[in-house]
Amino acid sequence: MKKKEITIALAGNPNSGKTTIFNNITGARQHIGNYPGVTVEKRYGNIIYKGYKINVVDLPGTYSLTAYSEDEVVARNFLIKERPDIVVDIIDSSNLERNLYLTTQFIEFGVPLVLIFNMSDITKLKGSEIDIKLLSELLSTPIVETVGHKNKGTEDILEAVIEVFGKKDQHKIEMKYGDEIENEIERLSGVLKNKNILSDEAKPVWVALKLLEQDKEVIDKVKKDAGSGYPGIDKEINKSIKHLKNVLRDNPETIIAEARYGFISGALAETHKETETEKASATDRIDRILTNRLLGLPIFAGLMWLMFQFVFTVGSYPMDWIDIGFGKLGNLISNVMPEGLLQSLIVDGIIGGVGGVIIFTPNIILLFLCIAIIEDSGYMARIAFIMDRIMHKFGLHGKSFIPMLIGFGCTIPAYMGSRILENKNDRLITMHVNTFMSCGARLPVYVLLAGAFFPQIAGNVIFSIYVIGIVVAILVAKVLRVTRFRGESTPFVMELPPYRVPTLKGILLHTWERTLMYLKKAGTIILAISIIMWILFTFPMISTYSQDYDAEMTSLGQAFESNEITEEEYEASVVEVDAKMGAEQLAYSAAGRIGRFIEPVFKPLGFDWKLAIASISGFAAKEIVVATLGTLYSIQEADEGSDSLRENLVKDYNPLIGYNYMLFTLLYFPCMAGMAVLKREAGWMELWFQIGYTFLLAYVVSLIVFQVARLFL
Amino acid sequence: MNLNEVKPRSKCRIIKINGSGNISGRLRDMGCTSGAEIKVIKIAPLGDPIDIMIKGYHLTLRKNEAKDIKVEEI
Repeated sequence: MKKKEITIALAGNPNSGKTTIFNNITGARQHIGNYPGVTVEKRYGNIIYKGYKINVVDLPGTYSLTAYSEDEVVARNFLIKERPDIVVDIIDSSNLERNLYLTTQFIEFGVPLVLIFNMSDITKLKGSEIDIKLLSELLSTPIVETVGHKNKGTEDILEAVIEVFGKKDQHKIEMKYGDEIENEIERLSGVLKNKNILSDEAKPVWVALKLLEQDKEVIDKVKKDAGSGYPGIDKEINKSIKHLKNVLRDNPETIIAEARYGFISGALAETHKETETEKASATDRIDRILTNRLLGLPIFAGLMWLMFQFVFTVGSYPMDWIDIGFGKLGNLISNVMPEGLLQSLIVDGIIGGVGGVIIFTPNIILLFLCIAIIEDSGYMARIAFIMDRIMHKFGLHGKSFIPMLIGFGCTIPAYMGSRILENKNDRLITMHVNTFMSCGARLPVYVLLAGAFFPQIAGNVIFSIYVIGIVVAILVAKVLRVTRFRGESTPFVMELPPYRVPTLKGILLHTWERTLMYLKKAGTIILAISIIMWILFTFPMISTYSQDYDAEMTSLGQAFESNEITEEEYEASVVEVDAKMGAEQLAYSAAGRIGRFIEPVFKPLGFDWKLAIASISGFAAKEIVVATLGTLYSIQEADEGSDSLRENLVKDYNPLIGYNYMLFTLLYFPCMAGMAVLKREAGWMELWFQIGYTFLLAYVVSLIVFQVARLFL
Repeated sequence: MNLNEVKPRSKCRIIKINGSGNISGRLRDMGCTSGAEIKVIKIAPLGDPIDIMIKGYHLTLRKNEAKDIKVEEI
């Protein structure tokens, strides 16, 4: 028997439980991608049911099909371009009126529909009664009741889908907007039909309706399709709108919206019995505390602190295990493989480089776990509500707060966390200033330099760097908002959904898929760059050293064997010789030569070629800056607490340069893992933009600081 | 009066939404239509945005968005 294939699109308001139902239907057979050309997540999957292959696409949650947000445009274009067989509209039954607004727009569009009244258990609890049968008749659509988070009703959905698919002609109802508007719709759709506008995309009546609503995207499409014939059409549109404004004394858009709501109230009046209770719901009672005037902020601060503790303290255990694991792996390979280039490539280059990124994975998992819980429970909206006043002052949205805060830990999850912002500009600005929230990896650099040059006041100096970071972030956000990302102010208008207990399945799925994304994309690019870095630091290989180190090593060995020196002294001396060789090799290598080549560029900032190379290595991962400086000064296993490294730095530089280098490290672009994620989240153009402007900013600031301060010191 | 002037715990009814464009469109999509009843629940801890109850759910919006909504007290 040939399998029949049905394509369904899941739609519905945000917070209606759509994703849970998607998970219920597709289970593990799902994938995530992006809609072409935009950074909107596309979830799709399939299920085989009673001989049918049902392809399911999870459209972004939307309140409407207007052109105001990227999500809505994506959802709409999916309907137009992909022509799913059926739209499954998921409705929060405790919130019927507003949820049905989207439904009316599907009815307008004319696509076969199945309505899902989700969260039906809560509704029964609240004492609401819905006459499903009558409502289904009035809307001319099958209605299925479900309880998504208990996976109840999932089969009924599939049954309804098959049923509707079988009926070639779903009897459709017509929306009513009043005679005046309907006349204009008929008139305009006639004009469109004559000129054959968008005939293969949507019904002329629908296009006409959108034109009366002055829908920007549809207008653009009509312009393109009509070409030279557009001015004529434009005239007709304006005629209609002017006439309607005159007669109805309001915008057509407003009247149309009200007509939709009127239709809904009419249907609900006959079918919905709401028991009026002034009794506060559980959500209201919780909110009395969580968004309380006095308690709201402190509680929020406390929860954020807890989250950080959880992520970075608990996460440090698996981090250590991975560190040790990679170390052991490195040792194993060193012992098994013959010494030489290949071994070095694998151990130093690949394991060192890639391991340095994988080590973040526990933190990432825990962080995404927390975000998933915050999102699914409904608290995320409260955070946006509480923090919006401050965020708005920087030209951002209340929701931007979370990615910013995460950025103080690690830029990578911060970039990925920026997805919670629905508006593209908000998302991009948030990502572009996130780099100034000094991530954890930059801290070793600060500790090293502050400890070396400002030993008494190291803590305060580091704190000043963090503060400068925040100030710069605010200023840059404002500038970006006014220049590149100018646009109509994004509305805050946001729903506070009822609190819900997140499902374990949902949280784990969310966390897992995002973690996987991080590992896949960050992993592949980082592997490539690790190898490149290794090549730069290893080749060309030095053949003649300044001293005969081999002879030194041999004589040390002889001294040890004849007991002239102790084992300790032997080991220490060997390490020293090794380090000196390493330093010379580094200076000889491509990276070293590049460092000296670009030194003139960094000289005006007070940095020499050693600091320049260290910054380059910081591209791989910020902590490596410290390791590179260590290598350059022939210190093995140097870390930020290393006294000998500090002494060397003080010898070669002065406090001004030290502080300036901290500033430079603060401002220039994040590590390559961050860059890889940024590219994935925002595309090449934004990546180059961030690299470009942060480098420029870092350069200019360091330049000014060095040159100006020199005049006074 | 405008919605941003209504005190918490008071009820009002929408007369009309001023302006057109992104914000008013969004407000309309979220149920702010003429005749709709609104109960102002509270103001955020930092003074903005406000939380209102409309068409059976909680909607939050900034004061300068609320100022576009003309209401009468009930």
